[in-house]
Amino acid sequence: MREINTTQIKNQIKELFLKANYHIDQELRQRLEEALSEETSPIGKSILQMIIENNKIASSEEIAICQDTGLAVLFIELGQEVQITGDDFTEAVNQGVKEAYEEGYLRKSVVDDPVFERKNTKTNTPAIIYTEIVPGDKIKFTVMPKGFGSENMSALAMLTPADGAAGIVHFIVETVRKAGPNPCPPTILGVGIGGTAEQAMLIAKKAIARKIGEHNPNERYAAMEKEALEKINNLGIGPAGLGGRTTTLAVHIDYLPTHIAGMPVAVNVCCHAARHAEGIL
Amino acid sequence: MTQVKKITTPLDDHQVIQLKAGDSVLITGYIYTGRDAAHKRLIELLKKNQELPIDLKGQVIYYVGPAPAKPGYPCGSAGPTTSYRMDPYTPPLLEKGLKGMIGKGTRSKEVIESMKKNKAVYLGAVGGAAALIARRIKKSEVVAYPDLGAEAIHRYYVEDFPAIVVIDAQGNNLYETEPPKYKK
Repeated sequence: MREINTTQIKNQIKELFLKANYHIDQELRQRLEEALSEETSPIGKSILQMIIENNKIASSEEIAICQDTGLAVLFIELGQEVQITGDDFTEAVNQGVKEAYEEGYLRKSVVDDPVFERKNTKTNTPAIIYTEIVPGDKIKFTVMPKGFGSENMSALAMLTPADGAAGIVHFIVETVRKAGPNPCPPTILGVGIGGTAEQAMLIAKKAIARKIGEHNPNERYAAMEKEALEKINNLGIGPAGLGGRTTTLAVHIDYLPTHIAGMPVAVNVCCHAARHAEGIL
Repeated sequence: MTQVKKITTPLDDHQVIQLKAGDSVLITGYIYTGRDAAHKRLIELLKKNQELPIDLKGQVIYYVGPAPAKPGYPCGSAGPTTSYRMDPYTPPLLEKGLKGMIGKGTRSKEVIESMKKNKAVYLGAVGGAAALIARRIKKSEVVAYPDLGAEAIHRYYVEDFPAIVVIDAQGNNLYETEPPKYKK
């Protein structure tokens, strides 16, 4: 067994949330530059220029890319040969989030009771933590600060097997069409197909963190990604919804086995500030 | 995109009528912030016929909940939040003299009708351009509801704040007119 202390975990999480909130990764920066060169709408071009400039300012000054620094979502792959020592694991994760948001001048956006009190917890916790046990003696962390302008535009459909690939592509495109300018286009879409209702949404969320430019290794799913992207960009919604050819930068589909009677499809929408960072202990 | 217009707040009917959907504007002057929680409180006061903590006549509200300011900065990253959540609260504020709103995303029919009736304009700021926009905010102070933190009503002094007229006082709406031009 390899020992990893909760203080190391806390520090790693803090560092990753700071990094994710200040710096857009290389692949996304490159994709935005490509979109700028391809965009035909003058307003669309000016908006993409502002987005690119914004990301440069945030990175060089180490300030938040977007004021909505999101809910703190974490995917943790815990090696089964790791022995966690020290304090409570979940508390350590939340402490890392709290320190990042307090010390990094990031907005605290969590309310305790969703319906009645809606009182801010002032720490941006609790974090949303998904832990998976995997082989090995390491812990891998993927952190995703997730803004809600785009989260609010997400959708789930319990399609039937007869709906097929065409039905799925139609649902993805309709979700983007209905969202219009609201989720801060150009967006990145995570799509989860199969599993159960909640599992489909979970893999959709995780798919957002895939590197831009990578497709599903299964050719038929990769073809759906390309078809959905083309149809979405033919909608004309454009950057900020003010018209143009760049509505979505990437569609990332993942899939899981499902029930003989069903075909769940979840679309998790992410704004152009698709923030994530990975680290391994 | 037609032209860049420099505008100063507060706004009067004459200024508002000259702003046309598609105009790029640079705003200078004082503007107020407000989003979900602050709007809810303003409307509760109006329902009770009580006075609002700010006089809305001629004013502009920016839908934003800024990030905390780093030392040495007047305010933290401050991009627009999605406007439709403020739709149910907006017509009564327009009746009180509110002349402009800055946000992102669609507005309801009721809001657009009230904008036409009361001569007001809806300006779009670029969602996610929060660090860039923050540079144009020169002063920030909380003027109401400090307990709401980022959602408190702030008064900003802005210089050349960049926005686009998305819906004008005649009801012309870029979200309806622009995307069809790029549809295939």
